[in-house]
Amino acid sequence: MQEKIKVTINKKPIEVEQGTTIYKAAKELNIHIPVLCYMNLKDMGIEHNPGGCRMCIVEVEGARNLPPSCVTKCTDGMEIRTNTPRVLNARKTVMELILSDHPFDCLICAKSGTCDLQKMAQDLGIREIPYQGEQSTYREDTSPAIIREIDKCINCRRCETMCNDIQTVGALSGIYRGFEAVVAPAFEQNLEHSPCTYCGQCVAVCPTGALTEVDQTNSVLGALADPRKTVVVQTAPAVRAALGEEFGMKAGTLVTGKMTSALRELGFDYVFDTDFAADLTIMEEGTELLDRLGKHLKGDKDVKLPILTSCCPGWVSFFEHHFPEMKDIPSTARSPQQMFGAIAKNYFAEKIKVKREDMVVVSVMPCVAKKYERSRKEFSVNGDPDVNYSITTRELAHLIKQANIDFHTLDDQDFDQPLGESTGASVIFGTTGGVIEAATRTAYELHTGKKLDKVDFKQLRGMEGIREATVDMDGTQVRIGIAHGLGHARQLLEDIKKGKSQFHAIEIMACPGGCIGGGGQPLHHGNSQILIDRQKALYKEDAGKAIRKSHENPFIQTLYKEYLGEPCGERSHELLHTHYFDRKKRWIKK
Amino acid sequence: MSSVKVELHQKDVDKIKAIAKEHHNEPEELINVLHATQEFFGYLPAEVQEIVGEEMNVSAAKVFGVVTFYSFFTMTPMGRYPISICTGTACYVRGAETVLDEFKRQLNVEVGVTTEDGKFSINCLRCVGACGLAPVVMVGDKTYGRVSPDGVKDIIDEYKDAE
Amino acid sequence: MAKHKMNLMVCGGTGCYASAKGDLVKALSEELEANDLSGEVQVITTGCFGFCEKGPIVKVLPDNTFYVEVQPEDAEQIVKEHVIKGRKVEKLLYKHPHTKERISDSVHMDFYKKQIRIALRNCGIVDPESIDDYIAREGYQALGTVLGELGPQKTIDIMKESGLRGRGGGGFPAGLKWQFAKNNPSDEKYVVCNADEGDPGAFMDRSILEGDPHTVIEAMIINGYAIHANEGLVYIRAEYPLAIKRLKIALNQAREYGLLGKDILGSGFDFDIQIRYGAGAFVCGEETALIQSMEGERGEPTVKPPFPAESGYRGKPTNVNNVETYANIPVIINKGASWFASIGSKNSKGTKVFALAGKVNNVGLIEVPMGTTLREVIFEIGGGIKDGKKFKAVQTGGPSGGCLTHKHLDTPIDYDNLIKVGSMMGSGGMIVMDEDDCMVSVSKFYLDFTVEESCGKCSPCRIGNKRLYEILERITDGKGKKEDLDKLRNLSTVIKEASLCGLGQTSPNPVMSTMDNFYEEYEQHVTDKKCAAGSCKSLMSYHIIAENCVGCTACARKCPVNCITGEKKQVHEIKQDLCIKCGNCMEVCKFNAVTII
Repeated sequence: MQEKIKVTINKKPIEVEQGTTIYKAAKELNIHIPVLCYMNLKDMGIEHNPGGCRMCIVEVEGARNLPPSCVTKCTDGMEIRTNTPRVLNARKTVMELILSDHPFDCLICAKSGTCDLQKMAQDLGIREIPYQGEQSTYREDTSPAIIREIDKCINCRRCETMCNDIQTVGALSGIYRGFEAVVAPAFEQNLEHSPCTYCGQCVAVCPTGALTEVDQTNSVLGALADPRKTVVVQTAPAVRAALGEEFGMKAGTLVTGKMTSALRELGFDYVFDTDFAADLTIMEEGTELLDRLGKHLKGDKDVKLPILTSCCPGWVSFFEHHFPEMKDIPSTARSPQQMFGAIAKNYFAEKIKVKREDMVVVSVMPCVAKKYERSRKEFSVNGDPDVNYSITTRELAHLIKQANIDFHTLDDQDFDQPLGESTGASVIFGTTGGVIEAATRTAYELHTGKKLDKVDFKQLRGMEGIREATVDMDGTQVRIGIAHGLGHARQLLEDIKKGKSQFHAIEIMACPGGCIGGGGQPLHHGNSQILIDRQKALYKEDAGKAIRKSHENPFIQTLYKEYLGEPCGERSHELLHTHYFDRKKRWIKK
Repeated sequence: MSSVKVELHQKDVDKIKAIAKEHHNEPEELINVLHATQEFFGYLPAEVQEIVGEEMNVSAAKVFGVVTFYSFFTMTPMGRYPISICTGTACYVRGAETVLDEFKRQLNVEVGVTTEDGKFSINCLRCVGACGLAPVVMVGDKTYGRVSPDGVKDIIDEYKDAE
Repeated sequence: MAKHKMNLMVCGGTGCYASAKGDLVKALSEELEANDLSGEVQVITTGCFGFCEKGPIVKVLPDNTFYVEVQPEDAEQIVKEHVIKGRKVEKLLYKHPHTKERISDSVHMDFYKKQIRIALRNCGIVDPESIDDYIAREGYQALGTVLGELGPQKTIDIMKESGLRGRGGGGFPAGLKWQFAKNNPSDEKYVVCNADEGDPGAFMDRSILEGDPHTVIEAMIINGYAIHANEGLVYIRAEYPLAIKRLKIALNQAREYGLLGKDILGSGFDFDIQIRYGAGAFVCGEETALIQSMEGERGEPTVKPPFPAESGYRGKPTNVNNVETYANIPVIINKGASWFASIGSKNSKGTKVFALAGKVNNVGLIEVPMGTTLREVIFEIGGGIKDGKKFKAVQTGGPSGGCLTHKHLDTPIDYDNLIKVGSMMGSGGMIVMDEDDCMVSVSKFYLDFTVEESCGKCSPCRIGNKRLYEILERITDGKGKKEDLDKLRNLSTVIKEASLCGLGQTSPNPVMSTMDNFYEEYEQHVTDKKCAAGSCKSLMSYHIIAENCVGCTACARKCPVNCITGEKKQVHEIKQDLCIKCGNCMEVCKFNAVTII
């Protein structure tokens, strides 16, 4: 081990490892230096430190300038001051400069209250902007899922790092230079005309209101106010593990019951659970897996393996854009959101005798891409989408606050039936490794015909970007790959293309951590511990469930008996499966 | 937003592919490839950038980011007789600004814009290394030294009727 | 060269090339051909002689006759008189501005007297497209010494002892830089020559590459050997086509001669050089931005440390030096560290090349020992201020430097002194200004440059410089307020201290130095709304002096906007609200009846 080095920060001595930055050393001393562009998701291996915002500058004895603490490493004997008048004046001036090129519409900005820039301006006590002048302006861009209002961009470049280095999507880049420099898609076209997958990771890390999700809360309120409409809501598994944070609760607080109460109070006619559809997904996807696997084991050379999961719309867009030649490999099963929509508007609407067009399906998702997914044409019948509106966890929190509901004092309520019943397997859909673990539980029993006693497949869990595991299904060794974050997905796919990896099944989620780290979740502000806590919460809920295998969900069994017939049967194919498109095309708008 | 007008023929696409290949399709060589491509097309329209990106294994956004960073690259075609006015310091103190204004006035175009007949475009450049001749103007490869606002008309006239 | 009795060295520098009204080389060659002298007399296109003011220049060897302002039509006379009859062409010789005496040898001209040419030693002397010419002037001898006798560490020791500092701007000791790069172990290392000269008003690197490309190649090989690098790259401005062409020729020649490639001179050392083009971004002169650009990225600087010597091109240890720095190195090896260290001042050794330009009589490229005073450069070498005007300021260091004034004229020029007085060496631009130059406008000019060239990565530079520019614009437009001056000060300080790279850290220098040295001029703009230099149009107006006006109507006829009224033989009047302040009226008036207030 390397020797430790000694430094002082604000005259307080500390010993740190060689290579520690001033920022991290200060943190150990509980000296919190402000940062804007710096981001460290250490558990995901993501560190972004361009040293560009210059808010974290400090004074180092003997140095001519004020170095940025986020990227400057401590050296032995360094004497650092973080709060001298010189530093404070410089920081304040830099903040005044940033604000001088920022719109002044804080009060009506989507990020107001959660904006890093706003908070820092407050902390620094900025009360006027002495250096006023021209502001850089750009065209606003609204896509099905993401709004880019880049007049508010402060050039922290976090989105660019997420889009290119982490997700390898390549929709965004720094463009122009100097005062005009900003982050945008190629040729300043709209995101719609870029390879954007709407994964929303750019939104999740944007410190200002430059990148936000398309807000559908007003449409939802409109539907709720319309007496002719039966409004059905579904909530994705990852939402319950994060919603509480919007109300000041600790990360990882499970608020399933309170969320259900709140939704009822908001006036939804039926409060259902996407988890139900997740169980359904397992039935379809698991059956498909076993079918392909069975054929493969019998020596069928044409069968496409590995099977890839298809629940994640960011991931679906990604392979449609970047790996269209592999579009026959993923499972054809629709995502839980869309399965739910199809079942609600067909089976359930029939059951309660409501006309399809009088039913409004709202989904609450940890995800920005779900907004785009619901708008895909193949998920509409005569122009009526299976899912009418998709709102994020953050938007739901806004709705609850708007409706004067005190979230903390709500009682715990259960979901409605029949589309509210779910198993532990579906809950863990919200985290990386969860979908494949759920599928394994069912596939094992269907394949072997034996009862699975130990349902926890610990080898499938974790936070590493790419994981591999083998599951023994009574002698059949099933090789499983897991990737979260699209960059890791790309790595895995490249390996498969090169023949380097041999898997039977692969789970992919677009966002780091899976849906718990989705682009629609409460902002983690660069703290990856939050994601780990959310993950723990989901495994806890799974462990507490009476039923933990999807195929044992009694309402799923009824659904097949009453309506669908058998998994991957004719009706299932019509309502629960889909097909993919080659979207690798030139993006220039003609 | 950069408007898009160019229809590329297969031979243009092949040319870009050939240029990229000469540079081993190595992302590191992006700037060299853009130089060669601009030399061939005269400018770098969006379509061209997109194919460069594909060939170099770099996203179109990134190519655009690089093109808009460097002032040498242009997305609009230059005039047949590109006029470059040196606005380096030596030329500045000897009156380059008034010369520039005169060119703008006589041609009725702004810097970076091409005249309607496609003949002239005006650009500024920083120091051509002929400070002894300040202010300096270049038309294509030809250098004019000690240019005064009065001399602007003569320079334009030299090319006005040439074809 | 030897087989010819006589050589006509024609300057191929851009300045001379542009001031020739036709093809001078062709005219001379044809004239020689016509007189059947092609076998005996050779015409050689050389690099820049430096004396751009008097271009085009032709030097005749071996008698060292230095002809100035030579045009193609003079070819006949040069050949018929000088070549054939041995009589110098009097009218093409340099005329001393005061004594009016004709001077035939450059060593006697004031412009050259105080110069010592090390980096420029071969410019104007060798044919840049001939490796043999270079070899004949001790070329590649230093490389032989390094490979054959010295070995890497001794070579670096010599560099350190010589005291050579980087000529690109920062002035970091070159030997130390090499040592760092050598000490960092790696399987791959790189040597980079920074030829992205972007300083508006400096062209020494271009002149060296155009005039003596082999010296750079030789130094890069030495550099590679010393730090254990096998690959070199030249990052050069695409706007320098001639330099690129000559560099390519030189590289091929060096390869042919076995000076590049495998097992150079039997030493077992492999080295080759490739070219990367810049594309018009001043910031790429900053070494980390340059490395980004060489990797095909936007040229945005990265935070130092890590320095390139630790993690540079492709993340490997990389040594970056600029052209002029390299041009000194072969001479240092040949003549020794102590010889080099004997030239210059205490902490700045050797010479520095300056591009002397602006309102000075002798514009050109000069090389003087460190420690030469500004007065010597401007008034002796430069021949004083043009058109008998008064000296006001001299700007050194380009957009990173500052404006110095009378009180600095006797300051010996070196790295430390220039920084002490609020400017810097930069790459060596030196622009002389006279009483007609407004210092607020000059700093606005530089800020305009910086705003355009800022990469935009860090906030203080991206927004701060824009705001600085806007404040200066307000002041020159007559809308400045007293508190704007305080704002300029505070902003400048913060931009300087908080910016990411050298560009931002030095960009306020033009403002700070002019505020230090010409504060009253700023005050005058702000409080009196006056520009004494008469260059801020918004702050001046043209008026007709009634007693001088004879009513000749010349001014009214010349006015482009018809804002001058008055009958013939009556006193005229300028309508202020229409006047565009073009100054035509003043220029055309023969009776001194137009004045600026």
